[in-house]
Amino acid sequence: MITRRNFLKTTVAGVAGMALPLAAIEIIDPKKLMAEEAKDKAKVRWVFLVDTYKCVGCGLCVKACKLENEVPYDANVTRTWVERYVITKDGKVHADTPKGARDGFTTSKIDLGMGKFEDIKKEDIDKAFFVPKLCNQCENPPCVQVCPVGATYQTPDGVVLVDRTWCIGCGYCIMGCPYGVRFFHPVYHTAEKCNFCYHRITKGLKSACVQACPFGARQIGNLRDPNDPVTKVIMTERVGVLKEEYGTKPQVFYIGLDREVK
Amino acid sequence: MKNHVFRPLFVFVGIVVLVLLARLFLVPKDFGIYERGYMYGWHRLSNEEEWKNKIISVKYQGKEYCKDCHPDKYDSINKTPHKIIQCENCHGPAADHPSDPPKLTIDKSRAQCLRCHYPLPYPSSGRAQIKGIDPDKHNPDAECSSCHNPHKPMEGLR
Repeated sequence: MITRRNFLKTTVAGVAGMALPLAAIEIIDPKKLMAEEAKDKAKVRWVFLVDTYKCVGCGLCVKACKLENEVPYDANVTRTWVERYVITKDGKVHADTPKGARDGFTTSKIDLGMGKFEDIKKEDIDKAFFVPKLCNQCENPPCVQVCPVGATYQTPDGVVLVDRTWCIGCGYCIMGCPYGVRFFHPVYHTAEKCNFCYHRITKGLKSACVQACPFGARQIGNLRDPNDPVTKVIMTERVGVLKEEYGTKPQVFYIGLDREVK
Repeated sequence: MKNHVFRPLFVFVGIVVLVLLARLFLVPKDFGIYERGYMYGWHRLSNEEEWKNKIISVKYQGKEYCKDCHPDKYDSINKTPHKIIQCENCHGPAADHPSDPPKLTIDKSRAQCLRCHYPLPYPSSGRAQIKGIDPDKHNPDAECSSCHNPHKPMEGLR
């Protein structure tokens, strides 16, 4: 027989049990606690800062990158490149990046590809500038999600790497990257991409492109270090990222980004 | 149950065992899920170490590397606006110079100078501030460095 007292008791206990937030149970999960601790120990999150006002389009960064990272110099592939944007008074956007700007921009003519060039008169220019591009080392890298074999992955310090011995060359990641930074390495026939010069930054050196830039347009820093000059700029100044709407959380920040830049 | 039902089952179990055995030998021991979870951190752990130290060596050493053996050049360029340019941008990556390579190849091409000194009057870029020349009209056949000293660009012609 159910008494009124018993009924009330079980109801209160039941409701209290249901009201217990899931987080309260989660917090005593030691595995999760360990993971949180491990997360704290990772004191590095590599980020990049590009100041497009400073970039003059000399392309010395691209040259340095290709030689440092052994990307075949004359093959039309590169881990980083510089784009030129020329916006004319009629509202048209002219953009090019001949050979990824490996040799800089030594003509005012816009490279249309297939050996065609377009000359733009100085008077017609509304605004024109250069935008260096490289891997965004996204916090949510779509290229990693699509890899069927676990050949590409994110390190604890935020850099996305490719395991050349494990890559099967299916090309999903190359299609999956919204920024088009991946390509097939002409020698190894595996997916290739910018990794912020992982062999340099882990030794305390700067990425090759950062060191080669005479104008300080490229900088690399550690977002977990509040005293890092790059972190300070990202936290206190107006910076933008590319294709934010894709939800990839890119970690290359730009000063002076324009809406024409894709 | 009858034998003809079991026989394909044995074949199936055999295939599964074979695949598992092959997997045991082919998948490296350190292949697994690491810090970034299954979605982003599923990989062969030793590859991180390979990228740090094995696959690619440091080639660009920076201008401080040149300072001790070439102090004259280091000091002279540091007094000029060209001080912002790394030695290796024109002289090529030092790598393990002087042991390997013993001699660096200098890029003295006009194209190298034109990277900055081709005039592009782009209003919202630093490029507009740099002095330039028209390469088709300004001594088209001469090497820039036969008249201008890139280490002392402000000191007039040589």
